[in-house]
Formats: sequence, C-alpha cells, structure tokens
Amino acid sequence: MTPAQGSPPRTEPAAETSLAGKAARADIRRGTPAWRRILPPALVLILVAAVWDLVVHLAHVQDYIFPSLENVFRSLYKNWSSVLGSATWVTFQEMLFGFLISIAVAVIIALSLHSSATLRAAIYPLLIGSQAVPIVVIGPILAIIFGYGITPKLIIVAISCFFPIVVNLVDGLASVDPDLIKVMRTLDGSRLATLFRVEVPSALPSFFSGMRIAAVYAPIGAVFGEYAGSQNGLGYVLIQATPQLNTDLVFAAVLLLTVMSILLFVLLSFLEKICCPWAGKGKK
Amino acid sequence: MTSSGGPDRASGGPATNAPAIPELGAGIQLTDVGRAFGPTVAVQGVTLTVPMHGHLAIIGPSGCGKSTLLNLISGLDDPDEGSIEVLGATSPADRLRRCAWMPQRDLLLPWRDVLGNAALALENQGMRRKAARTQVAGLVERFGLGSFERKLPHQLSGGMRQRVSFLRTLVAGKEVLLLDEPFGALDSITRADLQQWLRSALATEPRTTVLVTHDVEEALLLGSQVIVMSARPGRIAAHYDTDFPAGASRRELLRLPEFTELRDELLARLEEAS
Repeated sequence: MTPAQGSPPRTEPAAETSLAGKAARADIRRGTPAWRRILPPALVLILVAAVWDLVVHLAHVQDYIFPSLENVFRSLYKNWSSVLGSATWVTFQEMLFGFLISIAVAVIIALSLHSSATLRAAIYPLLIGSQAVPIVVIGPILAIIFGYGITPKLIIVAISCFFPIVVNLVDGLASVDPDLIKVMRTLDGSRLATLFRVEVPSALPSFFSGMRIAAVYAPIGAVFGEYAGSQNGLGYVLIQATPQLNTDLVFAAVLLLTVMSILLFVLLSFLEKICCPWAGKGKK
Repeated sequence: MTSSGGPDRASGGPATNAPAIPELGAGIQLTDVGRAFGPTVAVQGVTLTVPMHGHLAIIGPSGCGKSTLLNLISGLDDPDEGSIEVLGATSPADRLRRCAWMPQRDLLLPWRDVLGNAALALENQGMRRKAARTQVAGLVERFGLGSFERKLPHQLSGGMRQRVSFLRTLVAGKEVLLLDEPFGALDSITRADLQQWLRSALATEPRTTVLVTHDVEEALLLGSQVIVMSARPGRIAAHYDTDFPAGASRRELLRLPEFTELRDELLARLEEAS
C-alpha cells in the first residue's frame, strides 16, 4: 500500500530528470561543443601518423623515398623562413583570390542559366566541355599569354573551382517547391521578388555545398598553375624539390597545401552555419 | 463588412472595403468552364456563382479537379472553354491581382520569423521590410500569434504554421481567398481547432472564399454553399446552400439536427460521385 502510494511522486521526478537528460543531450548534438567535433578527426590523424612512423621505422625506408613524419616536420621547421613561408603565402593568395573569382563567375553564370531556358540550353554543353579540357594543357598556354605572374594561376584556380559551384547553385535555385512559386505569384511577387526572397535564400545551402567541393580543387589548381611556370609558391617548391630527391620538403609542402585546403573548408562550413541557421531544421 | 477596427491591410489594393466594389452581387462567376490536360479532362461544364463575401466549399473524390478549379479561378491557369469572372476581372493577370491562394502545406519561408513570413506580401507590394513588419504586427497579435512573432517556422507546431500561412494569405489584401485543403495535413484535434479559428477569422475579416476540402464537416462548417464534384471529368454533381446560425460554435453546429442531416446527405452524394 505504502510503496504503491509512494511510487507516483517518485517516478515523476525520475521522468523529469530523464527528460532533462534527453534535452541536454539534444543540446549537445545541436550546439556540439568544440572538443567533441575535434576529437574524432584528431584521433584518426594521430593514428595515421603513428602507422606512418611505425612503417617507416620498421621497414627502414630511406628518407628520399618516404620520409618519417618527424623529418617532414623538421624540414618544415628548417625551411619555413627561407622557402616555405613565402611559398605558402603566394599559393594562399592564388587559392583565395582564384576561389573568390570563381565564386563571382559562378554566381553570374548560375543566375543567367536559371533565368532563361534558352541560355541554359546554349551554355550548359559549353560548361561541361570546359571541364573536359585538361588543366595541364591550359596551364602552359596561359603562362605563354600572361607570363609567370599571378594572373594565369588565378584563371586556372577559377576554372577548376567554378563548375561545382555553378551546378550546385543552379540545382538549388531550381529546387524550390513549385507551389511556393505559385504562392509568391498570388502574393504579388514579381520574378525578381521571387528570386531574391525565395529562390536565392533557399539555394544558399546548395551554394555552400558547391563551394565546399570547390575549396578542395583550389590548391590543386594553384599547384598546376605554378607547375606551368612560376617563380614562387608551393607548386614551385614541389617541382624544385622532387628531382632533387628532397622528399621531406615535398611532403612538407603537400602538408601545407592540405592544411590550407582544410582551413578553407572549415571556414566555409562556419560561414554556412552563420548564413543559413535554419538549414536542416524543421524536417521531422 | 464593418471593418471599423481598421484591419492592417495593404493600401491601394483593388478590394479592400465593400464600398469600393461597385456591385455587391458579383464575387466569382464561372460559366461553363472546362479544362483539359492533354487527353485528360480535368473539369467540364462548371457553372457557379459565389456572391461577395460568400464562402464556397468544394468537396469531391480525389482527382475530381478541385485544385484545378482553384488554379483556374486564381488566374494561375486559364480555362480551355467558358469564362471566369472574379470581381469583374476576366483576364488571368487581373484575376491573379484579386486572388490569394493558400495550399495544403504551409510553405513558410524557413529563414523568416512569423512577422517576416506574414509581411511577405506587403514587401512584394513594395513596402519597406521594417514598415511591413510593423504593419502586420497588429494582425499577428489579434490572431493569437503575438507571443510567437519572432519564432522561426521550425520552432512552431503544424497548426501554428498553418495559422501563419493563412495570415500571410490574408495580409495580401486580396478580396478573394482560395484555400486548397488548408488543414488537410493536420491531425484532427488541431484541425477542429483551426476550423473554429478560421470561422472567427473570416467573421472579423470578411472575404470571398473558395475552400477545397475532402472533409464534409469542414465544408459545412466553413461554407455558406457547398458543391459536390464528381470524378473525371470533374463536374458539379450537387449544390447545397447552408443556413446555420452564424454565431454558433463548432460544437453547437455539430449537434444541430439539420447539420447532421445535411452531412449524411453530402456523404451519400460523395459516395455516388466517386
């Protein structure tokens, strides 16, 4: 009798705490504290590094074939002020400005493709064709035309990056619910109002997906541009160091490229969170 | 029609207050309207009249061309045969200027809060964002959404979102409201609640409405006339005028013998039609 009477008030706080626990867990998932997001990739990196060093040491691999991780870092430290620092800065500028140009070009192309079916039919094959042209071939031609300066690199980075942005942005603009377009028409929305109040905001998440893919291509474009002719940059370091069997320097340069690529990617993800806080919510 | 409360509507719309309309008889007039999509005849020989501030409810089996009919009235689509007149306007563009359409799904803009969504039509009509928000704030408050005005759609319940969607439609200041199964996606409790809400909303903000629904009770509660459509090709199978006491609540209406009688009859006609 007594325990039966006593049980309801006892279960209630229990239910409450479990609810609160659930809410807290949901909060963590939504807000995700930094250490929780960083821990898994950090662990994987440490694991890869450990396997790397273990293999190199156990198999007695020569440094010029496959350097150990500490030699890569030693080379990074040793060559930073003389070679790598300025090379990273040069490549960083080529990547960043080339990427910005590609965004501007992609937005213009995507908006014009979206605005007219005729333009879409006329331009799309050309765009796809442009991706089939090997950048290795364009590089030297651009170097002949524009010289060893930054211009040919910007063009190559922009060419490598714009395509995924255009495709994703066009898809995003076109994927708005047709009923919503009808609603806008009966709410006195002009085509321009529909574009800027409905289509552009709903395309933002796809736009960011496109930019994240493009961010991965940006360093590749910059290195190809430098291969075709340059006086500085990480690509330049790579062509110099490879035939010299200076493999730890090669790896150090690649490491820097990787880090820049990841940083650009992370920056874009961060911007996306700020620009479209609604994305992925409300779909139960 | 006594809009002395000063509803926050867009200024300059063609249909704001009753005196602005020359003849109070003509709301919506369809004459022998037909529309086919390729070989499929969606609607055929539809003739109907909705008086100013009348509420027409259309019920029928799925695929009977109810939504097609709404699209035709709104001016989003034009009939192959017959003519449509909405407050004297016959061309699709002019009809579109007089009609606001609300679909089954709320389709709120997820990046705009309640005020921003409600203010959409005013911004489309050229009002500054801030002014539009201020203008709809009163209406949002009056329709019981005041404490949610800064919430984003994903923070609201389904019923709440549908209310915002209706407000957004209302704010456009159009004389004609076309509601396409507005509560079809909601659970029955929320739906009952919103039917009551819409009845009182339309009592304070009288508009000419056409409501498409598959729910016979909803049609009787919200329509001053009800038509039953038959399936392919969509034709008018039956037409009823309802005459229930205006002030009665939803529950009182549901208990009226006339109401249940008419409901049973409509259900029978609906079965015949499908």
